This record gives sequence, C-alpha cells and structure tokens, in this order.
Amino acid sequence: MTVLDARVMGTSVRRVEGPDKVTGTARYAADQPVDAPLHLHPVQATVARGRVTGLDTAPARAVPGVVGNLTPDDAPRLADVGDPELVVLQDHEVHHRGQYVAAVLAETPEVAREAAGLVVVTYEDLPQTTAFDEHSPERHPAAVLANYAPPTSEIGDPDAALDAAAVTVRATYSTPVQHHSPMEPHTTIAAWDDDGAEHVVLYESSQGVAGARDTVAALFGLGEDDVEVASPHVGGGFGTKGALHAGTVLTVLAARTVPGRAVKRALSRREMFETVGHRPATVQHLALGASADGRLDAFTHDVVSSTARMEEFGEPTATGTRAMYAAPHRRTSHQLVPLDVDPPTYMRAPGEAPGSFGLECAMDELAVELGIDPIELRVRNEPEVHPESGVPFSTRNLVACLRRGAERFGWSSRPAEPRARLVDGWWHGTGVAAAMFPAIRFPGSTAVIRFRHGRYEVEIGATDIGQGARTVLTQIAADALGVPVDRIAVAIGDTALPQGTVAGGSSGTASWGSTITEAADRFRDKWGDDPEEGAEADAATPDNPWAGELSMAAYGAQFAEVAVHADTGEIRVPRLLGVYAAGRILNPTLARSQFLGGMVWGLSMALHEQSIVDPRFGHVINHDLAGYHIAAHADVREMEAEWIEEYDPYVNPMGSKGIGEIGIVGTAAAIANAAYHATGARVRSLPLDLFG
Amino acid sequence: MTTTIPTGLTVDGRHHDLDVDPRTTLLDALREQLGNTSPKKGCDHGQCGACTVLVDGRRVLACLTLAVAKDGAEITTADGLAPDGELHPVAEAFLVHDAYQCGFCTPGQVCSAVGVLDEAARGGPSAVTDDLTGPTVLDRAEIAERMSGNLCRCAAYTNIVSAVESVVTDR
Repeated sequence: MTVLDARVMGTSVRRVEGPDKVTGTARYAADQPVDAPLHLHPVQATVARGRVTGLDTAPARAVPGVVGNLTPDDAPRLADVGDPELVVLQDHEVHHRGQYVAAVLAETPEVAREAAGLVVVTYEDLPQTTAFDEHSPERHPAAVLANYAPPTSEIGDPDAALDAAAVTVRATYSTPVQHHSPMEPHTTIAAWDDDGAEHVVLYESSQGVAGARDTVAALFGLGEDDVEVASPHVGGGFGTKGALHAGTVLTVLAARTVPGRAVKRALSRREMFETVGHRPATVQHLALGASADGRLDAFTHDVVSSTARMEEFGEPTATGTRAMYAAPHRRTSHQLVPLDVDPPTYMRAPGEAPGSFGLECAMDELAVELGIDPIELRVRNEPEVHPESGVPFSTRNLVACLRRGAERFGWSSRPAEPRARLVDGWWHGTGVAAAMFPAIRFPGSTAVIRFRHGRYEVEIGATDIGQGARTVLTQIAADALGVPVDRIAVAIGDTALPQGTVAGGSSGTASWGSTITEAADRFRDKWGDDPEEGAEADAATPDNPWAGELSMAAYGAQFAEVAVHADTGEIRVPRLLGVYAAGRILNPTLARSQFLGGMVWGLSMALHEQSIVDPRFGHVINHDLAGYHIAAHADVREMEAEWIEEYDPYVNPMGSKGIGEIGIVGTAAAIANAAYHATGARVRSLPLDLFG
Repeated sequence: MTTTIPTGLTVDGRHHDLDVDPRTTLLDALREQLGNTSPKKGCDHGQCGACTVLVDGRRVLACLTLAVAKDGAEITTADGLAPDGELHPVAEAFLVHDAYQCGFCTPGQVCSAVGVLDEAARGGPSAVTDDLTGPTVLDRAEIAERMSGNLCRCAAYTNIVSAVESVVTDR
C-alpha cells in the first residue's frame, strides 16, 4: 500500500470555502437561484395509523396563486424500490403521524401554506402503538443491524460466569429518542425538463449526491444520466441526510406535474421531527462480573430498542462493546420493538453513542463496587487482540489516551469517595469514560485528476457537510501529487463529477482520500511531475489489503467535571477534555473542531436531548428547537480536545482514522459518572435528571 | 393574488421598493424577493438565530419580523457588513479561529456577534453580568451568554467565543 509523506497533511490549512461561509454567500440548497420557482406545502397525517378515506382539495385550489395539488389519487406513480418510507402518495395507508397525504403547489410560500391548511382530510383511525415499552409482546430479535454486524455475539457461558464472579454489577440504562436537528432543514429544489425528456435536476441538502441520484432514478424509472443532483454546501447532516426521505420524493413528484418549472421546498422545523428519522430509544441491560482484583470474567450487554413498524432499523447499540474489554465469557444481543412511527435512521455514532453510555457507566459502577480507580479498571481489562474476532489491532492506544487525559485533567487529585466537594452551593465531581469508533473505508468512489492552466483539478463526488472535506482533500491531493495546495482545485458535491461515497460513518476522508491518492499515483506514473495541458488520470477506491486481517478503530478517553446545584439539582459541565488516538491528524485545527463538536453532542445528549412522544396521538410534543433542547453557547464552558501521536500504516495511505463521530462516544457516560461522583446519586437514564 | 403592500427596504446599502404580502417575513422578503440568501432559515420560529440580521444597527430575528413593519428600515446582512471584497473584523476572526463548520448558522452568528459588541459598548447588561454599574466587560462567560440565541449544531461554540473574544481584545 502507498504510504504518503506528509508535507501539507498535518498542517492547519484554513477552510477553502471560509470567506463564503462567514459572509453567507456560500449557496446551500435553498439559496440556489432559480427562475420563478413554485413553492410546495404538504398536508400531513393527523393520525398515527389509519387510512385516508376522504380528501377535499377544492378549498385549496380556490385560493388565488395556487397552481396545483397532489393527492394519492392523482400523484405520478413511483416504482417500488423496497423502501416503504419513500412510497409517497401511492396509496391511502397512514403508517405514522406526520406522513405526507397531500400537497399544494403555489406561486408563493405564503399561499402554499395557507392553501395546504384548507385541504380537508378524513381518516379511518386504526389502533396504534407509539410508546416504547421494552416488555411489548411485539418484541423480537433484530434480524439485521444498521452496521451489518451480527445482531448477537456469545462466547463462553456468560450467565454461569456472572453467577460465579466475585463481584457483579447488574444495571439497566436507557436512552431516549433523539433527533439530528441539523441547522439546515432538508431542502430540495427540483426541476424537470419541459421538452418531454425524462430528465430532472435537483439541488438537495444531501450527505451523498450519488445515493440521492440513484434513489430518484430508481423511483421514477430513469437512467443514471437522467438525474442530476448538486449539494455544493450542506448545513449539517449527522446521518439524517445520508439517505433520501419522503420530503424529497414529494418535491420531485410535485415538480413532475409542472415540467419546466422549479419546485422549491425546505422542510419546516416541525417536519424535522416527523419525516426525516431519529435515533431510536434504547433500554440496555448490563451485567459485569469481575475478580476481586478487577479482571472481567464475564459481561452481557442485552439491548432492546425501538424501531418502526413500516421499516425496521436495528440500532447497533452493543456492537461497540465487543471491541472494548477482555473477558472470557461475553454476550451482546439486540431486540426490537416496532412502533407506528417514521423509521429511525443513522444518527452520529449510531450504536456507539447510546451503547457507550450503558457500558461505560456500568464500568464506573464496577470500579466503585471494587474500590478500584475507574481508569485503572479499564487498563486492567485492555485486550491484547480484538476480544471477539481474535485478530490483532492495527493500532490501539486507548490506555495512552486514558493516561494522558488523567495527567492533563489532574485525575490524581480526585477524591476516591463521591460527594466530597461542595463549592458555593454546587457539588463538584469528575468522571471518565472510554471511546471507540471503527476506522471505515467504503469502496465505490472514483477520482479524476486533470492538469489545466497550471493547476491540478481533482474531481470526486464527495460532500462537505461541515467536516472540512473540501479542505482536507485538497491537502491530501497536494501531498499525493507533491505540489503546494494553491495548485490544487478540488471539486465535490455534484453528480456531474465522478461518483463519491456518502459522507457518513466517519469514512469520508479515508474513502475519498485513498481514491485521490490512487489517482495521483497513476497520474504521476503516466505524466511525471511536469504534465502537459489536459493530462488526466483516474482511479477507483483501492481495496485495503489489511481488511479482515486487522481490527482498525480510533480510540479515545473522555473526561468531565460536573457541578450539581445542591438545592435544585441543576447540572452544569464546567470542564470537558477528550484525548484521542485516531491515526494521523490531517488538519489539526479542523480536527479539533470536529472533536469538540462531537463532545458537545455528548454534553447535549447528557443534559438535554429527548424527543417526547404523546402516546395518544403519536407525535413528538417538543417538536421544535424551543422544546427539543440542543446545547447552546451558555452550556459550553472549558473544553479541550487533544490527540496522541499515532500513525497507522494499515488503515489507508494517509494513516488517518475517521474523527467525525468518536467525540460523542463515551461523553455522556463521563458526564453521568461525574454526576455520580459529585452527588453519590447514580442516574442511569438520559437526559440526566437527578430527581427523575 | 393576495393584497400586497408597498414597502421600502435598504439592504446592505441598496434601496429596494417592494410589494409584499403582509404575511411575508423580513427573512422571506430578503431571500425570496431580493435574492439575498445570506440570512438562513433554520427554524422560522425565532428559536435558532440563523436568520439574524441587523436592523438599524440592532440584531433582529428576520423570521419573526414582518417585512411590512420594517418599511424604511436599514437592513444589514452578514454579506453587507463590509465593502465587497473585504471582511468585517468579526468575520475575519471567525476564519482565524475556525469558528464554524457547516457554515449554515454562521452568517447569523456573525451578525449577532457584531450586535453583541455594540450592545456591550453601550453598557447593556446580560443575565450573567454581576456589576450593573460599571462598564460591561465582555469575557468568555458574557460572550457565551449573549450569543446563546444563536444555535450551532456542529457546536463550534468554543471557537465562536474565541473569535468574538479576539475582536474584543483587539479593540
């Protein structure tokens, strides 16, 4: 495998699109200039399960400025692509509250909204279940997990070993439904050709233009070349923009009825809680059994999570647990409870985020039970090889992260006993947790490098959702071609470019960077370092020869200080520190931003985030940003992220591991453990409520 | 079509005469009628701050403001804070401190920060100001408190506060 020398990689090149972003001139999907667009407003189901029995659109059509409407009776037909979520206006069935049942097209957004409100819908209301109960009679083992890992793993006889263990901790942890809530709502501008050609152009807020194109092409029976998708700037995704949702399909359907005119639709913030997925709720039963000196004999991590009846999603809650600690007897399992809700989906660190809360709190409880320092307990259970597959680690520096974090955080002065420090009416405590996120490279990208006007044009259909792809790929290309960054022009975010894989799974830099490196190798082999005008080479993502031979993941340690008000129970987080081992850090400034952002997600998960469903009607009650709290400026106090020097020659030519998600992993557990240390009260559900 | 009302707005130094639906927000008038897409629509409910602009120098949520109510007002978006080709010191500080990731909330954060600097200069207190009699000192806690109406899901908060703090220090 090629191993790149770092000259530009490892330096803090500023974001290439920075000036456009700070002035607001970077164009996101809704900002694209289109001539006289029509505006769409949906009509959404007011029942959680049922059937539309009547739709009267006449009052809507009577409003001046209304151009048309869509109902299941007259909407264009879609092909069955095997994804029930995308079956929009094809029948009268209602599978979840907020499902689209009709839509209105109008000359202005105000008129579209007014008219949509005038559509009269009647329903046959069928019995529904929208409250998550782990004891539901409909509970069943997950057939597939979202990361395609086996739903169950079992080695040895964990139940017997737990019974025989000197010290045992058994506890149940729970995490609620959470919504991604990117600042940019999902947005589509769609325009079909008006010359009879079956051809549609989309501006879409998407984490992957190729996937969006393929889905639209399949739904509408079009060829790949008949769908164009552009996502030049995306206002955050966090998983919810990885695959298309019903809102995009609705807009493309509506545009189909008005060829030659663009239809523009940005979801309302409320729709963001109804139609674009969520992180499902989990209940996690943990049992840890250890010898008196703190070596794990056995553990079990048995999970029940919510899913949708219309489409199953297996949150891979306990698969991260399989990599964490040595223990001869072990089990993880996943069961699902179907609800009449829109389908859950990938949300930043799917599986690892909720699963690390359960496991890392349980480890803290075991440390307390044993009277062993929680860092020391983790060190004692550090595995030599992957504890389930038995393959060696490419690199694993969890212990180094714990040690370095302890030193920087001042861990040695921590009182062993909880409830030891009361300052000005606030109980203070500290906590720690370990973190892991797999180092993933997806196959299926292609990069083209072309020499024109003295610059190297690098084309790949990658996406910048804020992680800094445009900038970091520029750095990788510069080193791969052996030229300064100002001779590189990276183009991404458009299906007119060679195909790129999705910005998800912390895989982007590894997948696209490996592809660009391969293309650069071919370019230099073919043209040398003094290419002629128009010189060109391309390459597909190379296979990793070490795949399956080695266990590849980033590791980290999260440290938190928590202050709990002695009278009110209010929880604040005055200090957070994350220390990571994530291969070569390609851009220190951007990496720090990614790590800190992930850690704030963990803080937000610990303190605030919870989508509360009304079981009578099936909707999220707190369906806006005033009700669904995400961390704000005032929540964030002293925070720092750092990393240890790690170079991993096995993961990819850059030696880098994905860093987009690991910041959230373990952070909520570190905060919960610190809240215990502050108060002596153990809270096992999120968001933390000490009086809950 | 719906009744419209003549409304004059000066946006980033240029005057525009518009006919607006009385229901049209300042945000939609800027974005849909004038094609100024610098302020973003994150929630349309006044809960996220992405649409923050300066109206006659004060920060305002454009999504909670009806365009007709601002007849004659002077509106400044993040795109109009500095002459073409130049950056306002706050915008420059955002670049230096990497105070953004996806960039969608950024124009609102920048306008809000410009507003905060002005409010503090005029001695306005916040919920975390201890001394209401002396001059306002914009330390990190003050900046974070005053910027809390501007949400950032990428959570660039630490760097945003550092960026604003650097502008305070330079003054």
